[in-house]
Amino acid sequence: MIEILNVSKEFKGFKAVDNISFDVKDGEIFAFLGPNGAGKTTTIKMLTTLLRPTSGTLKVAGFDTVKEHDKVRKAFGIVFQDPSLDDELTAYENMQLHGVLYHVDKKILKPRIDELLKFVELHDRKDSLVKTFSGGMKRRLEIARGLLHHPKVLFLDEPTIGLDPQTRNHMWSYIVDLNKKENITIFFTTHYMEEAEKVATRIAVIDHGKIIAIGTANELKKKTKSKTLEDAFLKLTGKDIREEDASSTDRMRMMRGRMSRR
Amino acid sequence: MNTITALWLRQVKRYYRSVPRMIGSLGQPLLFLLVFGFGFGPIFSRAGAGNYMQFLVPGVIAMSVLFTSMFMGIEIIWDKQFGFLKETLVAPVSRTEIMIGRTLGGATVGVIQGLIVLLISLFIGFKVNIITLPLAILFMILIALLFTALGTAIASLLDDMQGFQLVMNFLIMPIFFLSGALFPLENLPNALTVITHLDPLTYGVDGLRDALIGTGVFSVAMNFTVLIVLTAIFLGIGTYLFSRIEI
Repeated sequence: MIEILNVSKEFKGFKAVDNISFDVKDGEIFAFLGPNGAGKTTTIKMLTTLLRPTSGTLKVAGFDTVKEHDKVRKAFGIVFQDPSLDDELTAYENMQLHGVLYHVDKKILKPRIDELLKFVELHDRKDSLVKTFSGGMKRRLEIARGLLHHPKVLFLDEPTIGLDPQTRNHMWSYIVDLNKKENITIFFTTHYMEEAEKVATRIAVIDHGKIIAIGTANELKKKTKSKTLEDAFLKLTGKDIREEDASSTDRMRMMRGRMSRR
Repeated sequence: MNTITALWLRQVKRYYRSVPRMIGSLGQPLLFLLVFGFGFGPIFSRAGAGNYMQFLVPGVIAMSVLFTSMFMGIEIIWDKQFGFLKETLVAPVSRTEIMIGRTLGGATVGVIQGLIVLLISLFIGFKVNIITLPLAILFMILIALLFTALGTAIASLLDDMQGFQLVMNFLIMPIFFLSGALFPLENLPNALTVITHLDPLTYGVDGLRDALIGTGVFSVAMNFTVLIVLTAIFLGIGTYLFSRIEI
């Protein structure tokens, strides 16, 4: 479903991703782990056509992310780390707009939206403005929206960050359910090791732009002679805290906290 | 419904749903009208230059269209990090379509804002020429398109809000103050004459003033041509820069 071959991405001489290659099979729940600044988000951005690789090829659902980007875009759904919903529109309107952008057939659009909003238990709030939603509700709505156009792969970039354990648990049960029922391949990043251990069929660990381990949770634990995935992760990537210069997104996140916008 | 219509509708909906923002953005034009209009009015008429309120209203309308449109364009900076723009960038639609939809949406909001200011000014004694009103609206549309496109172009180059203050103080404010919105363009010092003639908004203000109260400096054709050409150029640049946004 996903094929990554000899992919590198450089930013002004800095190698964010350094010659990585791996595949994700149909129907897998694939966890992509790594410390801050290891290259996770850059890889997701390349897979979702937001960035072009400096070298190498990426394929999603058999299509090249550079040459056939529109076909790739139709084949995946994504939940970003920062919400990308329109706060001033209702849940239903956000879904509808997504339907237009993805050219979903008008006749099936309405029932599909209703079905998905029921699935994420937001149907009774479909006409509320998104700005009245909690973080967890927004995340659920984004999952529903990402599924609207029947994608083959769902990318989740730290989907449970900032959510309480109840909501996280709930979210994963939706996602696993989806994977089983509709056979959607899931590709996710997280800093919560127990999530990866619990739901992922396979795990890749990236550090300094290189894939340093790939396999099932048990394989990684066995390889590093660790009891938990967290230990295995720390043995693989070291215990040093990674200092990372604030990106423009980080700076804006801070500003967002200070300014009450709108 | 296609992509462009959907994105246009989205921005119009956001505008009319946010009543506080709508009222808030009317504060500045209202202040200009009341303070400058009534404050400078007596001196203006004593100098034999006529009714200052009549002179000022087209300038303030242009101001509100300028500010609103420019902000609608610059909003992309927020939008690409925390907003809906990301959703559109990974959708199977072209960047040009997104740019057109956004620009039309932003410009529509700018024009509505200008019309509201016009409506308010009628209550404080502004007399408008009804026959040429459509022409005035056309000029508002051009001003709105031009500056939404410019705002988008600038926003595509900035990656956080740090540069915003810079744009505000060194671009938007000078564009407004040097446009002849507040003072007549005749008999200015030479340097100021040159600068005012280089300011795109000058032609918008002049066109509006001509259409609303019948006193323009340049011909309608000239105002129209300058605005059309500049709008085309900025739309081109805006679309190009927007298509290159990486996040």
